[in-house]
Amino acid sequence: MDPLQFYGVSVASRLLLGTAQYPSPAILADAITRSDADLLTVSLRRESTGGTGGRDFWKLISGTGRKILPNTAGCHSAKEAITTAEMARDVFDTDWIKLEVIGNADTLQPDVFGLVEAARELSAQGFKVFPYTTDDLIVAEKLLSVGCEVLMPWGAPIGSGKGLNNRFALKAMRAHFPSVPLVIDAGLGVPSHAADAMELGFDAVLLNTAVAKAGDPVGMAEGFALAIKAGRLAYLAGAIEARDMAVPSTPVFGQPFV
Amino acid sequence: MRIAAVFAGGATLQSGAEIRPFEPDWGNACAGKHDREAIGFLSASWRLTRMGSRNAMQIAVIGAGVMGLVTAHQCALRGGRVTVYERRAEAGRGCSWYAGGMLAAWCEMESAEPLIGELGLESLAYWKTHFSHVVEKGTLVIAPPRDLPDLKRFAARTTLHEWIGREAIAALEPDLAGRFETALFFEREAHLDPRDTLAALKAKLTDEFGVTFVMDHAVTADAIDADHIFDCRGYEARDALHDLRGVKGEMLILRTKEVSLSRPVRLVHPRIPVYIVPRADHHFMVGATMIESGDRTRFSARSMVELLNAAYAVHPAFGEAEIVEMGTDVRPAFADNLPRIRRDRNILRLNGLYRHGYLGAPALARRAAEIVFEQKSFPEVER
Repeated sequence: MDPLQFYGVSVASRLLLGTAQYPSPAILADAITRSDADLLTVSLRRESTGGTGGRDFWKLISGTGRKILPNTAGCHSAKEAITTAEMARDVFDTDWIKLEVIGNADTLQPDVFGLVEAARELSAQGFKVFPYTTDDLIVAEKLLSVGCEVLMPWGAPIGSGKGLNNRFALKAMRAHFPSVPLVIDAGLGVPSHAADAMELGFDAVLLNTAVAKAGDPVGMAEGFALAIKAGRLAYLAGAIEARDMAVPSTPVFGQPFV
Repeated sequence: MRIAAVFAGGATLQSGAEIRPFEPDWGNACAGKHDREAIGFLSASWRLTRMGSRNAMQIAVIGAGVMGLVTAHQCALRGGRVTVYERRAEAGRGCSWYAGGMLAAWCEMESAEPLIGELGLESLAYWKTHFSHVVEKGTLVIAPPRDLPDLKRFAARTTLHEWIGREAIAALEPDLAGRFETALFFEREAHLDPRDTLAALKAKLTDEFGVTFVMDHAVTADAIDADHIFDCRGYEARDALHDLRGVKGEMLILRTKEVSLSRPVRLVHPRIPVYIVPRADHHFMVGATMIESGDRTRFSARSMVELLNAAYAVHPAFGEAEIVEMGTDVRPAFADNLPRIRRDRNILRLNGLYRHGYLGAPALARRAAEIVFEQKSFPEVER
């Protein structure tokens, strides 16, 4: 058993899947099944505004039986994110919220100042906040101090498909917060990126664009699922240290049977 | 009602059709030249059948959007006596009204299933055969320099395109000269003006085929007495198709004399993929948002910002354009975004065209008509 818990709740898969941008809801549903994701992020802003407007899509998502993590994607201020989180709590009937406060519409970098402010207010209201943040350790400490119990640092800018942009900073983050659940959120492109993150000891990976925009989203979902399992097993097993010179895998000296 | 004779062109003749003396002027005066070419030389008796013999199959079509009108056409071509019922006062005022009218069978392969390409090719041929409104100048797909990876992805997912550079872009669209370094050109695609096309189609149905239109009249299939009923109500058909969902779209019509385009231009962009379709009199259709929602009432400020931003990115002169119209409606779609024909007694429900109304409807209508008139079946859409 290798349990993963967020805010005391067990989550059965280390692959978290976003639900936006798929070619069709049917392909999304298949990707969810093949990825075996247990936790799905859902954007409130565009799909469910206006009361019953997004009912059909929401029915499809809730019909998968997976846990839901609503997000505040596209919010550009703490105030906007807080309002969206409050709406999400009503619509999705959960106090979990993936908090995004975006600083720039083109780079989609987190506005870490607004993020900490919104996280403080939402935690005070009883929300379980999953903040989308950078790899900055001091911002991470502030987020923990205002009540967050999970951190979601970026691997690279949202949708960029670059993989782990700053492995040094991410390794430092893992070392600095050994017992906080850390989820790589954003920027991955291929399964090896996810395996890389898991080998570094991150607890889970959140994917959306890399799966949704793949030529075959369903196949890519399974590819990522396997990579995440592989990376996690490698982390738990303990990897050998890399070195500059070869080491024979078969000892050549002192063998009893020559 | 049995079909007795089958024509070489695929059209059918019912047994016992009443034969009247052939009127030689009738065909020239009324039947479109293209119709005759498409169907081949048909016997006089067929013409009489389609003028409405006593024994013609009675066909009812509910909904006068693009799906309903092309279905009426396909049935009339096969000798059916067609009545079209429409809840609105005018035809084509549902989401057909707000469509881009791009016959983009190849571009759509970027995100659609192969079936859409197959239907799209057939539909493209249909529009070209029956209407003079089709503009065959291809599609230009462009991206700002920093979004080139998205353009490469687009190219990898599609076929029958050509990478072109500055000179070729300038030759195709002089007003875009110097604005984009590279583009994808889909030479074989075409576009039409949906509003003109549906008006012409309705006129053709009335004048040439004697189709009856009952406007301003909401009916259900159960209340109609006909041999066969085609339910083409789009999103309104949720009462009968419970797995139908709505995908909201918002579009703008802009007018400016400062830009000219000859063909649809698609802007590939990670957040706001948008197309601009040139229309007559310096009008441009800019569309369209894709939102998982069945709400057809509100056009959001954010959508306006996104559509205008994209138009501005294609050419800054759009910043000075007049906003002539803001439109919003709901595309009917099934979970896989593919169209279907569902049989329910003598009712055929044609629906789920999603964003492929003009691209899919003629091919779907042809299949539906052949199901009724020729007892064929089409597993690819009968799901």
